[in-house]
Amino acid sequence: MEDLRPDKKIDIRGLVCPYTFVKSKLAIEDMEVGEVLEILLDYEEAARNVPKSMQEHGHTVLKVEKVNDKDWIIVVRKEHD
Amino acid sequence: MEFTDEQIHRYSRHIILPEVGGKGQKRILQSRVLIVGAGGLGCPVGYYLAAAGVGTIGIVDSDTIELSNLQRQIAHNTERLGMPKADSAKLTFEALNPDVTVIPIKERLNKDNILDIIRDYDIVVDGSDNFPTRYLVNDACVLTGKPLVSGAILRFEGQVTTILPRDGHCYRCLFEEPPPPGLVPSCQEAGVLGALPGVIGALQAMEVLKLILQKGEPLKNQLLIYNALTTSFRKVRVPRRSDCPVCGDSPTITELHDYEAEYCQMRF
Repeated sequence: MEDLRPDKKIDIRGLVCPYTFVKSKLAIEDMEVGEVLEILLDYEEAARNVPKSMQEHGHTVLKVEKVNDKDWIIVVRKEHD
Repeated sequence: MEFTDEQIHRYSRHIILPEVGGKGQKRILQSRVLIVGAGGLGCPVGYYLAAAGVGTIGIVDSDTIELSNLQRQIAHNTERLGMPKADSAKLTFEALNPDVTVIPIKERLNKDNILDIIRDYDIVVDGSDNFPTRYLVNDACVLTGKPLVSGAILRFEGQVTTILPRDGHCYRCLFEEPPPPGLVPSCQEAGVLGALPGVIGALQAMEVLKLILQKGEPLKNQLLIYNALTTSFRKVRVPRRSDCPVCGDSPTITELHDYEAEYCQMRF
């Protein structure tokens, strides 16, 4: 079982691309390798693009889940500095 | 330092690059670059470095803006005729990006002032239009171990090279001594098509950003030559010479020398 307990959470509801990824990337840069980031967002396109970009940057996307009518939660594990 | 929301927006296209990120952008903001010349090359170099967020930009130029400069020197404008170029560059670059502090240095570089001036900077960019300054800047950078991004333009051709003292070649490995006065025209005697310094200056700015970010391969041991008429780039290998008079194994040039006197007749 993957450990999904986040070490850090960010709420970026209201932001659109590319700032959703910019904020997520800045958050993960400040974390340690192996730590888990939880991102709460409400921009549908970002629910697809943020996980894709995180994977392209070499991190592991643990979860992408629509939690209500408009919000998504994305959980990412930092894999490298 | 933490980014402001404005900075996150301003630098977002940098931050999303894997090679830059927030860490790289902070490096850029903390960097200090000296640009020699606020002319054809210095204008685009400074413009792009200011846009990128280079925190401190020194710009050395003792000239004032003339109408004939404005066909290529894009940081200046018609309303500023007669204004010192270094002051005009400060106005333009700080208006583009308030994160940047531009230090205007309204002096002509010589062997007595150059070491004090370059001391405060991480990287030097040569955009000068004359050989005395070019050799002086090269020698000062080699003697103090400062990275130097050198550019030159004439008519339809431009050159760029990145000098990492003792790690690669220097300008004297390429051309040991300045050419005899009168053999090579200075920019003030020869034409240049307006966008050419834009091409070369943008390449210099890119070399500077790569050095700051420590990404990619700098143009060391190489000279990049651009021909605008044929739209061609070629790279020439320029190995470091062990017998180079300034960066070689037994240098004969161990202090700075002004070529000013021998050349002044060709600048006017």
